[in-house]
Amino acid sequence: MSAADVRPGGPVARALGAQRRNLWFWVFVGPFAIGLGLFTYVPLVWSLYLSFFDAHNTVTPTGDDFVGLGNYTAMLGDGAFLSSLGTFVLFTAFIVPATYVLSLALALMVNRLRLARAFFRSVFFLPTACSYVVAAVIWKLSIFNGVRFGLANTVLGWFGADQTAWLSTTHPPWYWLVIVTVRLWLQAGFYMILFLAGLQRISPQLYEAAAVDGARAGWQVFRHITFPQLRATSVAVVLLLVINAFQAFDEFYNLLSDARGYPPYARPPLVYLYYTALGRDQNLGLGSAGAVILALIIAVATVVQARWFGLGRKEE
Amino acid sequence: MHDAHDALARAGRAIRVVVLIALALLFLVPFYLLVRNGLATEREITSPDWTFFPHELRWSHLAEVFQDPGLPMGRALFNSAVIAVSTTVGTVVLASLAGYGLARIPYRHANVVFYAILGTLMVPAAVTFVPSFVLVSSLGWISTLRGLVIPTLFSAFACFIFRQYFLGFPQELEDAARVDGLGYWRTYWRIVVPNARPVFAAVGTIVFIGAWNAFLWPLVIGQDQEAWTVQVALSTFTTAQNLNLHELFVAAAVSIAPLIVVFLLLQRYIVAGVERSGIDD
Repeated sequence: MSAADVRPGGPVARALGAQRRNLWFWVFVGPFAIGLGLFTYVPLVWSLYLSFFDAHNTVTPTGDDFVGLGNYTAMLGDGAFLSSLGTFVLFTAFIVPATYVLSLALALMVNRLRLARAFFRSVFFLPTACSYVVAAVIWKLSIFNGVRFGLANTVLGWFGADQTAWLSTTHPPWYWLVIVTVRLWLQAGFYMILFLAGLQRISPQLYEAAAVDGARAGWQVFRHITFPQLRATSVAVVLLLVINAFQAFDEFYNLLSDARGYPPYARPPLVYLYYTALGRDQNLGLGSAGAVILALIIAVATVVQARWFGLGRKEE
Repeated sequence: MHDAHDALARAGRAIRVVVLIALALLFLVPFYLLVRNGLATEREITSPDWTFFPHELRWSHLAEVFQDPGLPMGRALFNSAVIAVSTTVGTVVLASLAGYGLARIPYRHANVVFYAILGTLMVPAAVTFVPSFVLVSSLGWISTLRGLVIPTLFSAFACFIFRQYFLGFPQELEDAARVDGLGYWRTYWRIVVPNARPVFAAVGTIVFIGAWNAFLWPLVIGQDQEAWTVQVALSTFTTAQNLNLHELFVAAAVSIAPLIVVFLLLQRYIVAGVERSGIDD
């Protein structure tokens, strides 16, 4: 590099920026950005490439293995893949409203406490520290154990009811009760905290004004003041709930799989992909095609949701 | 008229408290079962008559958990601790540096970089776990600490929280440091970090809990028994033949004990972190 390059206004000086700001920007952001590129963008592109190949047990297929869109047609023609999407829709329909209502109710009740507020908040928040694996162990082998000594069967037995094999009964599908309650217990406290923060941000003057206008404490105030004021929090909560439901794996796997494998029902997309890509025949091409299809579904769903909730538009 | 109104309000308050206490007890049932099943005899657990409290608390079950060759509990706890601590330190350092750079260092293409980072928030694990497995296995990182930790270090979510925090950080402190002749690097470590401890604690505890409780990635990458985390060890143990229920429950209780301690000690930071995570304005 010549002396002319480094003089003020030369190419090197311009690349470094005033006070070497460009250099410092990359010193701070570079390590993170490179890592993110390497471990998120590179796998995505590689996966897109693999999805056009018959790649069993290999991540570097040769030209002979090229199958074009074969993996995609196979995936979309596979009833199990389509039913995994159905399982996700059903799971979301259960867990999103249930968590929303319970966490909002907990927040409203805890928020109005004068005594022992921190205690109740801690009790409802404590399950957040618990892992899905531990919770699934408790649900599967203690609360909803299908044998006589399971807690649910014991309690039902006190009222003379028959015992139920909760996780293996498909008519009616009792396993949904187990799957939904485990996640409800684990995450309700987390969303309660979000709602509590939202409630704290509502100006007390709004409530005073409502009282002056003659609104009755309770339902009227909730409907006309509290609920509308929680709109931003509600949108964030629903988005997080749906995204997290889409990624469900831990509780399904730990509740339903056993030494004999996984039953044919209640397989959400991630469980399906796990068994396809990492199961016995390690069909990484097919698994990659599935991942790409899921990515497209998420992209479309995100755009639709953003339109729907008017995200990006400024509030008021 | 007023008395009737007051009586109604008092009744409403009483009902609310009763409902809250009932719900709180319900929320604590799983923790009760963990301890009860862990310290009871196998006979007490499987008896058709419910035993509310074991006749004798068998603390010897704790030692039993560490002696079963089918459940490498000591090794698994060690692995989980190493993974959770290194993931937490790595994530916080990388994400806070990036968040600071994005918030404070003027750079023409900073927005492009920011949106490239933010975009990965839209890409859930369902989409990346197969491709990431492909990459990690081709690097030969299966069943290694590298494979378990490094790919999880780059959290766009943590970076985003730090950036938002630093955008609201008082500029005067940094200006004073600049006058004293400190550059970006030393301003960051000497002035910014010591004054931003709450956000570091909030992100750190949330990342730690997530790393300790993570299941899918350790299941896929930690294939050899030596590389099992405590979650993978527990999950595998539930499918064992002739499963001892008391042993499984004691092991589960041991696995969450460190987290309960962290949780109770640092709860206010965790609450602050959760509050940040839901607000995208």
